[in-house]
Amino acid sequence: MKCAPFDYVRASSVEETVKVLGEAAGEGKILAGGQSLVPVLALRMARPAVLVDVNRVPGLSTIRRLDDIVEVGATVRHSRLVEQPEHPLLAEAARWIGHTAIRSRGTTGGSIAHADPSAELPVVAVATGASVTVAGPHGSRDVDAEELFVSALMTSLDEDEMITAVRFPRPARWGFAEFARRHGDFALVTAVVTEVRGRPRITFGGVASVPQRATTAEQALADGKPATEVARIAAEEIEPTADLHGSVEFRRGIAAEMTRRALVQFDSEQEHSR
Amino acid sequence: MKISFSVNGERADLDVEPRRTLADALRDDCGLTGTHLGCEHGVCGACTILVDGEPARACLMFAVQVDGASVSTVEGLQGTDGELHPVQEAFVACHGLQCGFCTPGMLMSACHLLDTKPDADRETIRAEMSGNICRCTGYQSIVDAVERAREEMCAPAVRDSNTAAPWGATFPEE
Repeated sequence: MKCAPFDYVRASSVEETVKVLGEAAGEGKILAGGQSLVPVLALRMARPAVLVDVNRVPGLSTIRRLDDIVEVGATVRHSRLVEQPEHPLLAEAARWIGHTAIRSRGTTGGSIAHADPSAELPVVAVATGASVTVAGPHGSRDVDAEELFVSALMTSLDEDEMITAVRFPRPARWGFAEFARRHGDFALVTAVVTEVRGRPRITFGGVASVPQRATTAEQALADGKPATEVARIAAEEIEPTADLHGSVEFRRGIAAEMTRRALVQFDSEQEHSR
Repeated sequence: MKISFSVNGERADLDVEPRRTLADALRDDCGLTGTHLGCEHGVCGACTILVDGEPARACLMFAVQVDGASVSTVEGLQGTDGELHPVQEAFVACHGLQCGFCTPGMLMSACHLLDTKPDADRETIRAEMSGNICRCTGYQSIVDAVERAREEMCAPAVRDSNTAAPWGATFPEE
């Protein structure tokens, strides 16, 4: 349970981080909160030659409200997301991440870059139509969250790029429901219902290799179908796989119920805002 | 790599390999074996310590990351003449431990909880302590202990005197 040796670079800027990653030519990894990376290293499932520690890079740990968008810096800890008042859906989702000692270390950029399909923040990123700011050797670019996630634990980031911030639009209203076997575990199913730019979105975590939208169910919701009907359509539309945590039928059942619960919260928000 | 940090208010100067976890550095280089290592990959919570007042799993941090930081471990809980911290007293009184392996992590999590949420109810305590696994007690007595410690420490009259915490100590100058 000890990591293989690596070179350690404590980066003092985004430029330095990108430069070191480039020089490492695919053998470098960014160390942020370390809550996913360090277990992988300890189990020797990965043996990067270089770790670039971005925890002390200035300017990456701010939360900024920009009109209807909340920009979260890459090294903002989950515990701060829980406390911030600017984006209530983000706060609720962050509350479900792991345990206290994990939330106090884990970071937004790290969770998005790790791209675990059962993790909370990637689902919220897709559910809100978030944009991910990525720095590379030739400057900065913005990537839609839906295009960032390629497969389980895989993103479209190049090996010499790093996430510097994530811009989460504030949904007009939202609902969030998650089911896990034990408190703090990764989700078996997360369902997030949002209204973004006047359109409803239904997004799942834990049912596919990336956060997945149920577009037929979204249309049914836009058409005013009742919650149980929308939930049923959503659960039929997704294609979960069976694993030791549950069968396909079980996951569909949970997905339908989580959708229904998220829709209840989504609808009650509408009443509040009226 | 040379690093300097504060452990329970005392300065530590170490020369460590980058891959050395903070848990191993505390136990083997600082001789502070109170921080226990269970799973060594961030699941069990036994190695929970405080870094600059925030809880962290010492097996998921590298020692080089705490250069200049202030670390608090279970050894820092006892008073200057060796008396137990109110949280430790409560664990003794409520049978909050049997084998004691998970206890250092439980104590540090409980201290952080009572420091940040002095009004925590039983449900909050259960949620906040859920990152620490115990295979002996069945948890009821641990939750009892944290509740008892909360009553001891967080009554308004004694809150200021009893929660003069070892964490948050400033980094000692040479």
